[in-house]
Amino acid sequence: MVALAGEERILTVAQQIEVSDLTAYYGSHKAVEGITMTIEPRTVTALIGPSGCGKSTFLRTLNRMHEVVPGARVEGKVRLGDEDIYAPDADPVSVRRTIGMVFQRPNPFPTMSIFDNVAAGLRLNGRIPRSELEGIVEESLKGANLWHEVKDRLHKPGASLSGGQQQRLCIARAIAVRPQVLLMDEPCSALDPISTLAIEDLIGELKREYTIVIVTHNMQQAARVSDKTAFFNLAGPGRPGRLIEMDDTRKIFTNPSVKATEDYITGRFG
Amino acid sequence: MSAPMPTGLRPVPAVRRAKDRFVQALVCLAFVLAIIPLLAVLWMVVRNGLARFDLEFFTHSMRGIGARDAGGGAYHAIVGTLEQVLLTSLISVPIGLFTAIYLVEYGAGGRLARIVGFFVDVMTGIPSVVAGLFILAFWILALGMPFSGFAGALALSILMIPVVVRSSEEMLRLVPRDLREAAYALGVPKWRTIVRVVLPTALPGLVTGVMLAVARVAGETAPLLLTVFFTDSINHDPFHGPQMGLPLFVFDQAGRPSDTAIDRAWTGALTLILIVMLLNLVARAIAWWRSPAKRGS
Amino acid sequence: MAILVKSTAGGQAVRRPAFRRGNGDRVFRLLATAAGITLLAIMAAIAVFLVAEAIPALRANTANFLTELTWQPNAAEPVFGIGALAFGTLLSSFLALVMATPVAVGVALFISHYAPRRLAVVLGYVVDLLAAVPSVVYGLWGATFLVPFIVEPSRFLNRYLGWIPLFGGDTVVGRSMFTASIVLAIMILPIIAAISREVFLQVPRAHEEAALALGATRWEMIKMVVLPFGRPGVISAAMLGLGRAMGETIAVALIFPATFTVSFQILGPTGNSIAANIANGFGEATDLGRGALIASGLVLFLITLAVNMAARLIVARRAAYARAVA
Repeated sequence: MVALAGEERILTVAQQIEVSDLTAYYGSHKAVEGITMTIEPRTVTALIGPSGCGKSTFLRTLNRMHEVVPGARVEGKVRLGDEDIYAPDADPVSVRRTIGMVFQRPNPFPTMSIFDNVAAGLRLNGRIPRSELEGIVEESLKGANLWHEVKDRLHKPGASLSGGQQQRLCIARAIAVRPQVLLMDEPCSALDPISTLAIEDLIGELKREYTIVIVTHNMQQAARVSDKTAFFNLAGPGRPGRLIEMDDTRKIFTNPSVKATEDYITGRFG
Repeated sequence: MSAPMPTGLRPVPAVRRAKDRFVQALVCLAFVLAIIPLLAVLWMVVRNGLARFDLEFFTHSMRGIGARDAGGGAYHAIVGTLEQVLLTSLISVPIGLFTAIYLVEYGAGGRLARIVGFFVDVMTGIPSVVAGLFILAFWILALGMPFSGFAGALALSILMIPVVVRSSEEMLRLVPRDLREAAYALGVPKWRTIVRVVLPTALPGLVTGVMLAVARVAGETAPLLLTVFFTDSINHDPFHGPQMGLPLFVFDQAGRPSDTAIDRAWTGALTLILIVMLLNLVARAIAWWRSPAKRGS
Repeated sequence: MAILVKSTAGGQAVRRPAFRRGNGDRVFRLLATAAGITLLAIMAAIAVFLVAEAIPALRANTANFLTELTWQPNAAEPVFGIGALAFGTLLSSFLALVMATPVAVGVALFISHYAPRRLAVVLGYVVDLLAAVPSVVYGLWGATFLVPFIVEPSRFLNRYLGWIPLFGGDTVVGRSMFTASIVLAIMILPIIAAISREVFLQVPRAHEEAALALGATRWEMIKMVVLPFGRPGVISAAMLGLGRAMGETIAVALIFPATFTVSFQILGPTGNSIAANIANGFGEATDLGRGALIASGLVLFLITLAVNMAARLIVARRAAYARAVA
C-alpha cells in the first residue's frame, strides 16, 4: 500500500498480468508468436532463452514500447487486472505510467541532475510542491539502494555516477512514479559483478511492492533472482520466437518438462 | 488517505493530452509556413518567366535594345555564366580536393592541418560580396587587370573552394581505414592507394559535393557584380573584357523600371532556377543511388 | 620484401636498398600540402588587399568612419561612414533571425519527430531546395511581389500595433526594412532548419525511450530530452543563419530604399545595409568611392567572422561535452 503525491492517492492493489496469444511484428516480420502466460502479482518472473528469440521484444510489448519503432505492431491481448492494455481506447502513455521499464544500458537524462532525473516522471503530472517532491525522491532513491551514496550530491549531473549507480538511478526514476509493474531488460548486462549483485539484492527487496519481469541471458541470475522462469526459443531458423515452457524457477532448473528447455539449461545450445 | 480509487490504468490528464496535440498542430503549421514562400516563389517564377521563354531570349543578347524595348535576350549572360562556372570549377576542384586529401591523408592531427582546417571554416563564412571585393581589390585594382569573366571566376572560386574542401573531406573520411590498410599491406605506395583506392571509392560522394558547390556558386550575383561588371553584348572570351552572368543579368533587369525589363528578369530567373535545380537534383540522385547505406555496408 | 641483387656485366653484385620511398609519394604529398598552403595564402591576401585598398579612402575621410551616417565619398570633402549601414545590417538580420528561428525549429522537429519516416527524407530534401534558390530570385520576387503585397498588412500593423516603436511612424511603404527582413528570414530558414534537424536526429534513442517509458507524451519527451540536448546545436545554427543574413547582398539591394538614416520604424521608407550599399553604389563609384565601399566590406567581413567563430565555438564545446558524457 503506497501513498502517492498530490491528488492521486491510490491504493495500489496488486494485479496479475495475463497475456493471451500475443504476436509481435516488425513490419511484416513476425518476431514472437502466440505467447500466453500469467504473471502473478509481486513475483519476479525471468525470461530466458538464446539471443534473438524475442524475449526483449516480448518484454517491450508489455508496456507498449514495442510500437514506438515505426512499423511495429502487436496482435493479442495483455490484461492488467481487468483492463486490456491493447484495447482500442487504451492510451499507451498511461500504460507506461503503470508499467515501468529499466533498460539494458543505464540512460539517465544527461542534461539533468540526480534529483531532476528521479523527479522527471513525477513532474509530468503538473506541479508538485517541492517538499513533497523531495520526499518522494528520497523514498525512491532509498528504494533503489542509492540514497546514502548520493544524498550529498543530488544536484550533480546524473551522468557523473558510475555505471552501477546510474542503473540504480534509473531504477529510482522508474519507481518514483509508483508503477505496479517493473520491466527490466537485461539490467545488469552492462555492469560489473559487484554492481550486478547490488541490483540483484535490490530486486529481491523491490518484489515486495512491485511485480517484476526481467529478461536475462544469465541463467544463474535467473535462478538466483526469480520465482518463475519462462523459457523462449525460436521454432527454427528464421521462425518467430515462442514460449516453450514456464514454471517455478526451481522446477525449470532442476526438472524441466520440455527437452529444449533442458538442453538450453545444460548449455547444449544458446 | 482518501477512499481507494479504482486501480488499473489511470487516464492521462486531458491537459497533457491537449498540450501534446497543440504542439503537434504548431509544428505542422511551422512546416506549412516554411513551404509557402518556396511554393510562392517557384510559382511566380514559372508563371512570369514563361512569358519570354522564347527562342529570341536564348539566342540574343541585350545589344542595341533600348530602355523600353521588348525583345532582347540573355544569350550573352548564359554563355558568360557557363564559361565562368567552368573556369571556377577548373580552379576550385583541384585546389579543394587536394586540400581535402592533405587534411585527411597526410596532415591529420598536425599543426598545419589544424590551421588549414580553421581557415577553411573561416572561408566558408565569407560573405559573397566580400569575395568579390577581394578580387576587385587584388586582381583589378592592385594588379590592374580588366573586368573579365576570369576575374568573376576567381571570385567565385573563393566561395567554391571551402565548400569543396569540406564535402570532399567528409567523403574521404567515410572510406573505411581497412581499405587503405589492405592496400598498404600489399605494398602499394600511399599516393597510389589514394588515387586507385580511396578516390574511386569516394567518387560518387565527391561528385555530389562538387555539383552542389557548383549549383551554389552558379547562382551568386554579388561577386560577379564587382568583377565582371556589366555588358549588353556577347563576349565569348572570359579573359578579356567584361562579360555578363545570368544572375547579374537578372539583377540588372530587375533594377530597371520598365515592364519589358521585368519580363526578361523573370525569364532569366526561371532559367537560372532550372539550371540550379537540375544540378541539385542530379547531385542528390547520384548520392542516393550510390549511397553506402543503400549498399548495406 | 626480398632484397634485389643486381649483377653488372663484370659479375659484381650490387645491392640496392629494398625499402625506398618512391618519388610519387613525395610529389603527391607536396601537391597536397601546397594546396593547403594556397588556402592560407588566399586568406592572408584577402586581409592584406582589402586593408590596402581601403586605407586611402579612410585617410581621405573627414568624418568618423564608424559613426557617420551619410555616404558621400565623392564630395569635395569626403564624408562617409557606416553608421546607418551597420545599423541596417544588424537590425534587418536580427529581425530575420527572430522570425526564422522558431519556424525553423518547428520544421526541424516536424521532420525529425513528427512526420512519417519515409516522408521525412523527402521533406528534408524539399526544405533543402529552399536553400538552393539563388538570392537574386528571392530579391526579384521580393521586389515585384512582396513589396506591393506587404503594404496592407503593414498598414494593419501600423494602425493597431503602432504604439510599439517598431511598428510606429507616419508613413507605411512596401520598400521597407520589414519587407527586407521577411525575405532574409525566408532565406536563412533552411540553413537553421537543416542544422537543427541534424542535431535533433542525433539525440540518442536510449534517452528518448527512457522518457517515453516513464509515460511521457511525445511533446513531453521532446521537451525533456530532445530540446535540451539540441540546444547548443540550435543556437549555433541560428548564429550561422545570422551570419548569412548579414552578408546577404542582392536580395536586399533590390528591396531596400537605400536611405542613410537610423530608424527603428521598420514599416517606413528607410533601410539600408553595408552589403546593399556596396551593390547599389558600385556602379558609379570613383576610386575613392570604391575604397570606401571596400572599407565597409572589411567591417562586414569582421562582423560575420566574429559571429561564425562564436557559432563554431559553441558546437565545439558541445561536441566535447557529448563525448565526455556518452
